[in-house]
This record gives sequence, structure tokens and C-alpha cells, in this order.
Amino acid sequence: MTETRTVTLNMGPQHPSTHGVLRLVLELDGERVVSARPVVGYLHTGIEKTMESKLYYKALPCTDRMDYLAPMSNNLGYCLAVEKLMDIEVPEKVKWARVCLAELTRIKSHLVWLGTHSIDLGAMSMLLYTFRERESIIDVYEACGGQRMMTSYIRIGGLAHELPPDFESKVRRAVTEVSEHLGDYEALLTKNQIFINRTKGVAVISAEDAIAWSLSGPMLRGSGVKHDLRKSNPYSGYENFDFDIALGRNGDAYDRYLLRLEEIRQSIRIIKQTLDGMPEGPYRARVPGVVLPPKEDILYKMESMIFHFKIITEGFKAPVGSVYQAIEAPKGELGFYITGDGTNKPRRVRVRPPSFVNLAALPCLVEGSLFADVVCAIGTIDIVLGEVDR
Amino acid sequence: MEENIRGFLKERFDDAVIGEDNFRGEQAFRIKPESLIDVCQALLEDVELDVRYLSDITAVDWLGHERARDGRFEVVYNLYSLSSWHRFFLSVRLESEGPTLRSLTDLWPSANWLEREVYDLFGIEFTGHPDLTKILTPDDLEGHPLRKDFPLTWEQPTFGWNKDAPPEVIR
Repeated sequence: MTETRTVTLNMGPQHPSTHGVLRLVLELDGERVVSARPVVGYLHTGIEKTMESKLYYKALPCTDRMDYLAPMSNNLGYCLAVEKLMDIEVPEKVKWARVCLAELTRIKSHLVWLGTHSIDLGAMSMLLYTFRERESIIDVYEACGGQRMMTSYIRIGGLAHELPPDFESKVRRAVTEVSEHLGDYEALLTKNQIFINRTKGVAVISAEDAIAWSLSGPMLRGSGVKHDLRKSNPYSGYENFDFDIALGRNGDAYDRYLLRLEEIRQSIRIIKQTLDGMPEGPYRARVPGVVLPPKEDILYKMESMIFHFKIITEGFKAPVGSVYQAIEAPKGELGFYITGDGTNKPRRVRVRPPSFVNLAALPCLVEGSLFADVVCAIGTIDIVLGEVDR
Repeated sequence: MEENIRGFLKERFDDAVIGEDNFRGEQAFRIKPESLIDVCQALLEDVELDVRYLSDITAVDWLGHERARDGRFEVVYNLYSLSSWHRFFLSVRLESEGPTLRSLTDLWPSANWLEREVYDLFGIEFTGHPDLTKILTPDDLEGHPLRKDFPLTWEQPTFGWNKDAPPEVIR
């Protein structure tokens, strides 16, 4: 008589396939996963607490550092929430520029996901190709805000600076490069038998479970739930643009791969529309005392200089009340719940992190599957630990 | 949809709903803490309203603010309907001493981690939670960092400069 026992295996926190510092405690019965328990918090830096101790303006750079693969989306979510709290309407041009940048960010985030996910599954060359295209998007960031990763370009009430003169040509170059090479990615992966074997029918979640686990973004749409905040609760003028919601059918890793590629295509479609119809106008709203005046005015107008000084030193006072603004970030529903308390600092800044909520469903994805598929499941959720732990 | 939710709550839970707030168009209902789980269950089971998506759970510490008179902690449940695309909030107020609520993990599995986060950062207990442990902060950290009386620059492991006493609360 032989006795069978399950084995408890610790995976991470330092493990290349966990995309950061995620730790998993796995209980294995041979090659099968009996139970999985994600342990997070290794990257907890207290970003929410930090933001609550700063003026509304000065809390902005904290947002870049959460989902560092999609800084512009985080900036956008925070700024929209503060604008809602302060009841600010931004100029049309700002809305269009923001949409363009947010969609570039989606492409960039999905490209990194594609590269790292393929590496997890053994397709080593993908990362080199996706990072090549990502570079051209980062060039756009650099031209706009001067920074390549932590942009902080989208500011409360508008943008940090005027769009650069070569903005359009740079963006067009970036989207042309991406759309030219999308076919190469597909040629490498979509019909690749190894890739299909590793992803088809792996990490499956049904539509009911996806809703019960509050999944969002590609994780939710991959299971066939047609929900996209850009369509359902449009923000920043998304109602002006034509695009389709990509949907999966089987809720497995392969469907989510196809879906994310399709999202890149739809993003390119939106970006082209924003470039074609970009309205003229100021790059910042004019709300004295709340939104920083344009740089040119600070140099020549006394009032503007005083407002600039006051906003930077003591900020603006927000009304007492809570607002919530959710955006469709590359990873799902990114929400900012901001509570003002009548002072110049927020009482509460809550970030509804899509990766954190999606990661909570990991046990549901891997239990009963093979141990080797755990790596695929982590990859397909598309987590960024900077956002999970904040 | 706003009307439907309001009507539903008024009809079924008239005595549980304390008030409604519509700041900047965000529909938020204040609920008595003891009836929270019944309200959520009824909302979840109602097919017409189709409120099946628990978007978020969070809390606000009103320490030192005039709003603290109704209870220091405000726990906010962010609910969303995937068919009518309507978002609304249920909030409950809890007192400073031993804040406790019923867990919603039986209704939504996603409440598990969200409640653990609120427990970890605010020290609000959820009874009936299967695994109410710290999630983000280190196991040996004492206190709940997002409470307003937790000092901003205090770190638990003693690093030279904070060996002695915690500095004053920095807000």
C-alpha cells in the first residue's frame, strides 16, 4: 500500500513568470493543482496614503507609478475624477488628445503583455519584436511630456504642455509601425501549434463566474460579456468615436490573446479618428484658482502669476463629497474614488485596481489544471504588481 | 434606472435606508449596517434591476471632520448593473470602537480580497469572512495605515531614524 499525499509548493515571490513579486502557495497532487493561494503585498508602498497627504495637483505623479506600463491611463483616471469633484469642463481639444494618448497607452500595455506572455510560454523572440514597436510609442510620450515612462502629462484641467508640433507625424509613425507588424505577431503565434496547445482551453472562466468575481477588461470580455466602459459610460468624449468591442467566446487564454490583438486594432482605429479630427483650441481649461494658467500667461500677466503661485503652494479647496470615475484602462476597470473634505487635500483617494481584482480570481482559473498552466494563467490575467499592491 | 433603484429600496427596505445623496450625480444610499447584507442579497436576486457586479469596496475615515458625528468610518459598496450601465453606492457608517460588518463573501466571491484590504488598511472586521487576514501590509505591522491617526512617515521595522517614538500624526 502506498500512501498519496499532496505537496505544497511555494512559487515566487522572485520568479520570472510572476511578472514582479507575486507569491503563490500551490497545493499539488502530482501535476495537478489542488488549491492555489496568491500572496500579494510585497510591493506595497502606501500610494493611497501618500496621495491623501498631498495637494490634489501634487498627488498626480503617484498615479504613474501604479500601473507603470500604462501611465497615461492612470493620469487620465485621476484627472477625470478630480475634474468631476471640482466640476471642471475641459476644452474639446484636450478630450481628443487624451483619448489619443490613452489609446496609445492601451497599445503599449498590450504589446508588453504580448511579449511577456509569449516568453512565459516559450516563444522567446516575441518580446524583442513587441518592444521594438513599443519604442515608437514611448517616443511619442517623450515628445509630449519629456518623460518616457512616468509621464504625468495629463494634468487636472488639461495637459501639461501644448502638444508638440510633430505630434501627429510621430503618432502616425507609431500606429503605422504597429499595424504593419501586427500581422507578423499573428504569423508567429495565432496558428502556432505549440502556442495553441499551451493556451486553448487553459485558464477558462465562464461568464457567470467572471461577473461574480468582478473581473473587468479583457478578462471579462474574453468570456463573452459585452461590457466596455468606453461604450457604456463614455468619458472624455469617447462617444464621438467609432469602434467595436472585441469579444471572446470560450473565456480561455487563447481567446483573450485574440481579443487583445483585436483591441490593438480598434485602438489604432480610434487614434486615426482623433488625428483626423483634432479640434483647435487651448490645451488647458480656464478655471482661475483651480487649473494652472498657461505658462505664457504666467510670464506676462500678474493675476496668472498669483494664481499659479497660490495653486502650487496651497492648492484649491475641494467640496465635501465623494465622486467615482472609472475608465477602461488596458487591464480593466480602473476607478478613482476621491473624497473631498473641504480642505486642500483629499480625505480619501481610493484606486480600484483592475489587476488586484482580476488576480483574486486566479485560484478559480488554475484549480484542477496542470501545474505548468499556472504560468499561462498568471500571464493571461495581465497583472502589474505595482498596481496590485500600490 | 436611478428611479428604479430608489423605488426598490423604498418599497422593500424603507426603514433600512437612512438617506440618499446625489453629489455630482453619484447616487449613494446610506444603509443601516445591520441590514446591509439583506439589501445586497435582495439587489443581487432581483432580475429586473440586474445588479450583479460588485465593483469595489472601500472605506473613508472621517476622523476629526464634522461628518464623523454619524460614525467615524464610512464603508462604501460600489455596485454596477451590466445591463442598464448604472452605478450606485451603498454606504454604511460605523463607530470608532470595534467597527464590524457582515461579510459579503457569500454573495460575491470578489468581496473576499476587497474586504481583506479594508480590514488590513482600516481595521474594520467582517464577520463570516472565510480568511480575514492581512493582505497588503507586512504581517508584523501594527495598526491600520489608512486610518487618519496612523502617522504618515512611520515605518514598523526600526530604521535608525525612527527607533524611538512615532512622530506626530502628519496630515
